[in-house]
Amino acid sequence: MSDPTEFTLAEARDAVRGKKISSVELTQAFIAAMQAARPLNAFVTETPDRALAMAKASDARIAKGEAGKLEGLPLAIKDLFCTKGVRSTAGSNILGNFIPPYESTVTQNLWDAGAVMLGKTNMDEFAMGSSNETSYYKPVLNPWRAKDSNAALVPGGSSGGSSAAVASRICLAATGTDTGGSIRQPAAVTGTVGIKPTYGRCSRWGIVAFASSLDQAGPMTRTVRDAAILLGSMASVDPKDSTSVDLPVPDYEAGLESGVKGLRIGIPKEYRLDGAPPEIDALWQKGAEWLKAQGAEIVEISLPHTKYALPAYYIVAPAEASSNLARYDGVRFGHRAKGTHEIAELYEKSRAEGFGAEVRRRILIGTYVLSAGYYDAYYIRAQKVRSLIARDFEQAFAKCDAILTPATPGPAFPVGAKSDDPISMYLNDVFTVTVNLAGLPGLAVPAGLTANGLPLGLQVIGKAFDEATVLKVGRSIEVAANFTSRPETWWRAP
Amino acid sequence: MNAAPDKNKLIAGATGPWEIVIGMEVHAQVLSQSKLFSGAATAFGAAPNAQVSFVDAAMPGMLPVINKFCVEQAVRTGLGLKAKINLESIFDRKNYFYPDLPAGYQISQYKNPIVGEGEVTIDLKDGESIRVGIERLHLEQDAGKSLHDQHPDHSFVDLNRAGVALMEIVTKPDMRSSEEAAAFVRKLRAIVRYLGTCDGNMEEGSMRADVNVSVRKPGGPLGTRCEIKNVNSMRFIVQAVEFEARRQVEILEAGGEIRQETRLFDSRAGETRSMRSKEEAHDYRYFPDPDLLPLVLDQAWVNDIAASLPELPDAKKARFMELGLSAYDASVLVAEKETADYFEAMLAAGSEAKSAANWLNNEYFGRLNKAGLSITDGPVSAEANSAILAMVADNSISGKIAKDLLDIIWSEGGDPKAVVEARGLRQVTDTGAIEAAVDAVIAANPAKVEEVKSKPKLAGWFVGQVMKQTGGKANPQAVNAVLKVRLGLPDDA
Repeated sequence: MSDPTEFTLAEARDAVRGKKISSVELTQAFIAAMQAARPLNAFVTETPDRALAMAKASDARIAKGEAGKLEGLPLAIKDLFCTKGVRSTAGSNILGNFIPPYESTVTQNLWDAGAVMLGKTNMDEFAMGSSNETSYYKPVLNPWRAKDSNAALVPGGSSGGSSAAVASRICLAATGTDTGGSIRQPAAVTGTVGIKPTYGRCSRWGIVAFASSLDQAGPMTRTVRDAAILLGSMASVDPKDSTSVDLPVPDYEAGLESGVKGLRIGIPKEYRLDGAPPEIDALWQKGAEWLKAQGAEIVEISLPHTKYALPAYYIVAPAEASSNLARYDGVRFGHRAKGTHEIAELYEKSRAEGFGAEVRRRILIGTYVLSAGYYDAYYIRAQKVRSLIARDFEQAFAKCDAILTPATPGPAFPVGAKSDDPISMYLNDVFTVTVNLAGLPGLAVPAGLTANGLPLGLQVIGKAFDEATVLKVGRSIEVAANFTSRPETWWRAP
Repeated sequence: MNAAPDKNKLIAGATGPWEIVIGMEVHAQVLSQSKLFSGAATAFGAAPNAQVSFVDAAMPGMLPVINKFCVEQAVRTGLGLKAKINLESIFDRKNYFYPDLPAGYQISQYKNPIVGEGEVTIDLKDGESIRVGIERLHLEQDAGKSLHDQHPDHSFVDLNRAGVALMEIVTKPDMRSSEEAAAFVRKLRAIVRYLGTCDGNMEEGSMRADVNVSVRKPGGPLGTRCEIKNVNSMRFIVQAVEFEARRQVEILEAGGEIRQETRLFDSRAGETRSMRSKEEAHDYRYFPDPDLLPLVLDQAWVNDIAASLPELPDAKKARFMELGLSAYDASVLVAEKETADYFEAMLAAGSEAKSAANWLNNEYFGRLNKAGLSITDGPVSAEANSAILAMVADNSISGKIAKDLLDIIWSEGGDPKAVVEARGLRQVTDTGAIEAAVDAVIAANPAKVEEVKSKPKLAGWFVGQVMKQTGGKANPQAVNAVLKVRLGLPDDA
């Protein structure tokens, strides 16, 4: 038997279902790979014992002919998802000792489908970051390195542990969450696939909240097919989340190969950035040509309010975060400062010790923009911009069926390169935040390499709840790009 | 709303009379099994933290889900306040840190409440009716409770109340005296209790009033107001308003200025004390709660609730007056739902309205008050009281015997009719027996018989003697009639 960690999710599913490999064997192979890849720091918490117990239970169900859709398949779970009995840190010191007594709806859906949990992946603290450097649990390293260089690169963020784990083949697939690009940007810079579904497609219940009106869970995988499979099991309506939407979850995998013939693909002119590397533009151009060659019609569209998206995002998201993170006060759970004598001091010290610099920065921004006298000028205006951006997309979708853009303004950058410059860090999300603000589905798919050998991705944006078309377009790009490059396994001991 | 200031309500100051202006914010706990955004129970008196869900404790990743029944209760209350129901309303977060506020924000309704303007009519003692405008009603979560007296070094937190649904009912500044303020709360309490939307229990904190008080020269511009927090009885409302108005008048007359502030009422000292000034007020950073969609109601659903509303105090009072009751009697009977229910149970058992009202007001309520019992705890059922009145009406017993009978049923229980039979309390209406008794009294008192011929008023003495002889059971009218004939008295004697 060949190395089971080489399987895609779909291949592993078929192999397990066809009893060519047991879930325990598959799981053991991934546990070994996970443990061998510790230099990447992709996991905050490894759960090998639980993984093996789940795998055994899977094998028993398979033997009885009761296999679920993801039966016996080992996955990595972003540490933002609360997992019952397993520490869930959200990448923060303040939740360093937090063991939830409940399971998030999305992960419960996965376990109900038979999936196996390998562990909890590292992430930017409270999902605030684009490089995984804000994690209290140390940065994750990108498995990819530039040609002829040993410099450590970031895996993107905030789902950087998940992207690194998928790219390094130490799990079959992983969950991520995306508030402004936190699935798509790390997927793009690690040569993996990630889809942020339509807001409301996946339940937010049990996922530590960053910005409630923007947060969505989604899959991070090696192939578009895997993304379609995993999304199908993650998505559900949930009576415990008032913002989840009661629409049937289609069989995303079924329509994957139906091609783009006759589809109109929109190219938004506002996504051409001054100063962006020419490689990005060239790849975008190539993507459009691939789709055209497969029978799609390429149409120029306009999303005129794009330039206001990033500033609006950096008002709305911190505003919601400042309120969402108020519950971390050291009173009921999480980190509590020692030796305090009155309540304000307890709050101040616990929060100062518990939160890192980026989280504190965003709480301060959010508190400021919601304050009396500033609320109208910032929060209300940002909400107006948000409506305009949503309207931009609505009008664009009158002319096209999906939109193609670059996923990121550039490839993975070196650890530390942007840590001292929050604005340049925030610019990583310039192509992705609009999609969150409009609540639409967006997919990042690997499409090529830079001259020095680092992966770049393209983004496909779809109409609300039209993930099927997004995945189909993504699959067409995947076929055309034939992205087979992979990182050297430098992290393994020789 | 109330045009000319009523002189009787003005308070006298050294510089002339002052008018008190009062508005209220009443927090009424929604009567429901579970909390506004979680399934945790709401019963009063549970062990600390026994009724706390993960949502109430604001655990990471937990989300609120609106309790439809609480929404229905708010709509029902709004309809009972003759108010506009807003088919779209929005839940906002009110942000502040406190240990008994687990999420660090309270979910409330700020700019778009579920209920808009309405009104309440209050009846004052002198028969005057005043309309108090309702500004709005909104739904919000209650906070938990901080306990500072359980441990020398630590404060404890009980989250049982955290997340319980409250209706905040805000009035316009339409009240002009402490009496009106108390009457408003009394009436509001009656309405929500009739509706079954709040139990109105002020001791348990199910209803709490914040009272806004300002003073002004009659007809002048509104003065600066102070808000008195958490005044939890009618008596305290009267005391707090009186104290606060006089405090403000004293300051103004001494040339001072009223600072807008929040004050606490100290019920032991009977005074209000400064809690925080406007400058110290929190910046609550309200914004729409992104975890909740706008609350959209269907007009047909609202109509169904409207169609199912019970008869409310004002309508009931009008109906009782049509049955022949005075305005006063009717308002006494409708003030508490249970009293009205009791009265109506008597009517259902066949009692005539006016005599039932008189009987309750003159006899039964007095006995209840004396015993310190509420109408629901009283020992005599509406049916029993009705049976007593029925026996008076058909001359089976006299009014005097009826009162004695009530005392017997009160202390010993039993069926009034059976008690009358068993104890031989039935009134004697048999003319033969009465004639015999009259004749016996006349035969035994020849001197008095002579006397009565010149002094017809002495007939009363004969009545008393006959009643004595019959053990009080003789029908007094029959005795009178027989006496008149036997003694040869004129009809108008």
